[in-house]
Amino acid sequence: MEWASWSDFWSMGGYGLYVWGSYGVTALCILIEILLLRRSAGDTRRRLKRMQQWEEQ
Amino acid sequence: MNLYTFASPVTFYHLAGKLIPWFTWSAILLTVVGLYLSFFVAPTDFQQSEAYRIIFIHVPAAWMSMFIYLVMAFWGAIGLAFNTRLSFMMARALAPTGAIFTFIALWTGAWWGKPMWGAWWVWDARLTSELILLFLYVGIIALWAAIDDIKRGDRAGALLTLIGAINIPIIYFSVKWWNTLHQGASISLTKAPSMAKIMLIGMLVMAIAAWFYTIAVALVRVRGIILERERQSEWVKEILERET
Amino acid sequence: MHRFILAVLRRDLTLAARRRGDWLIAQFFFVMVASLFPLGVGPEPEMLARIGPGVLWVAATLASLLSLSRLFADDHHDGSLEHMVLSPEPTVLLVLGKSLAHWLIYCIPLLIIAPVLGIQFNLPWDAILVLEISLLLGTPILSLLGGVGAALTLGLRGGGVLLTLLILPLYVPALIFGAGAVDGVMAGTGAQAHLSLLGAFMVLSLMIAPWIAAAALRVSLE
Repeated sequence: MEWASWSDFWSMGGYGLYVWGSYGVTALCILIEILLLRRSAGDTRRRLKRMQQWEEQ
Repeated sequence: MNLYTFASPVTFYHLAGKLIPWFTWSAILLTVVGLYLSFFVAPTDFQQSEAYRIIFIHVPAAWMSMFIYLVMAFWGAIGLAFNTRLSFMMARALAPTGAIFTFIALWTGAWWGKPMWGAWWVWDARLTSELILLFLYVGIIALWAAIDDIKRGDRAGALLTLIGAINIPIIYFSVKWWNTLHQGASISLTKAPSMAKIMLIGMLVMAIAAWFYTIAVALVRVRGIILERERQSEWVKEILERET
Repeated sequence: MHRFILAVLRRDLTLAARRRGDWLIAQFFFVMVASLFPLGVGPEPEMLARIGPGVLWVAATLASLLSLSRLFADDHHDGSLEHMVLSPEPTVLLVLGKSLAHWLIYCIPLLIIAPVLGIQFNLPWDAILVLEISLLLGTPILSLLGGVGAALTLGLRGGGVLLTLLILPLYVPALIFGAGAVDGVMAGTGAQAHLSLLGAFMVLSLMIAPWIAAAALRVSLE
């Protein structure tokens, strides 16, 4: 184990800002991609469904 | 031919549906292992202290950004040569993820460069080529967005991806050449220190995680594209009945 | 084969001669962009000589890009483009002829103006000579790659801006080698390596770009 304590872990030997700045934004990018993808997948299905019902009427 | 059954959108739609959970869970598992390796197993670097831990995402993201572009070019070429609809859909499904990884590679490169080189951005050959790669991704996505006709959009995007793929090595070479000539103006970069084995393993695990993530996301996206394009067919209507 | 290229060339040159306005606008744009830089960064002769090669190269690039979006658009509007693509002559030759015409109409005049701007930027004579050679080798690349962009964006709304977005990243090597050649002369390291690479890139573009542009043209017209 490299770290004596949690605060030691978060400070990353003084480079905390840079390490967490990188990891944080990466996580954010991936999170946003997943959320957008989920929403657009739902949207596509709902829209197609609506178009289909429209045609049946 | 058996291969053609997989190339038919309906078969692929169901196959992708079965594969997505596998890739998702593998990606999650590998990310956890990779993060554990990169933060708790890999030792402190004696030159770069803890800041080097950024490379565990920076290098895989940079690999993925280039690899995804090549895969897109491959699907584009297959689509143009054999007129397979599915390969164009795969290329479209991959592009946004490729652009995101390119952005991540640039971002983490900047946040690694600041403590190591003392500057957020240096016109280093790799960073500059990565920036141009981002421009190429944005161009391709913008071209798709501008063309309403599906067939034309597919082919135009594939042609642009191909000419970009031919150009990327030339761009990389030219930027590297330019960079060595202007060495005086830029900061001389320290050569990457010989890496401990555990660092390399951590990086590889993260790279495979990124790869599985990309496959999972691309499969979800391609399923959406398939539904959209096949909306007139009976099987899509059945699926919509069942799923909603 | 030659006759077809010549016919395309003659047609485009005649059309350009009838519309001199477009042609002049691109040249004035070149002069204006280059003149904005001293106003922006200051008139010190050493600094101007330092940034001159890069500025002139970027300005020449932008000036020849201006006209690219109309490379096929006018013929597309009046329907003659479709006739030419459907004719038995290979589309590659059509693209080649059109790119050549674009280069003659819009890039050769840039070569004539460039020395004047070079003097304004305090470039020495040998640097101006190399600037001319590098533009001579480098501008055909833009006309050729631009043909691909123009074919891909044919008839799209906002096509001009999109074309710029697609083509500029591909054009980076030409800019680096071209401006680098002039820098090399001024730094005393010589320009030969840069010019050879620029020439190689030009030959490569000549071999590949027309085929992709022809394919793109057929895709866009379908």
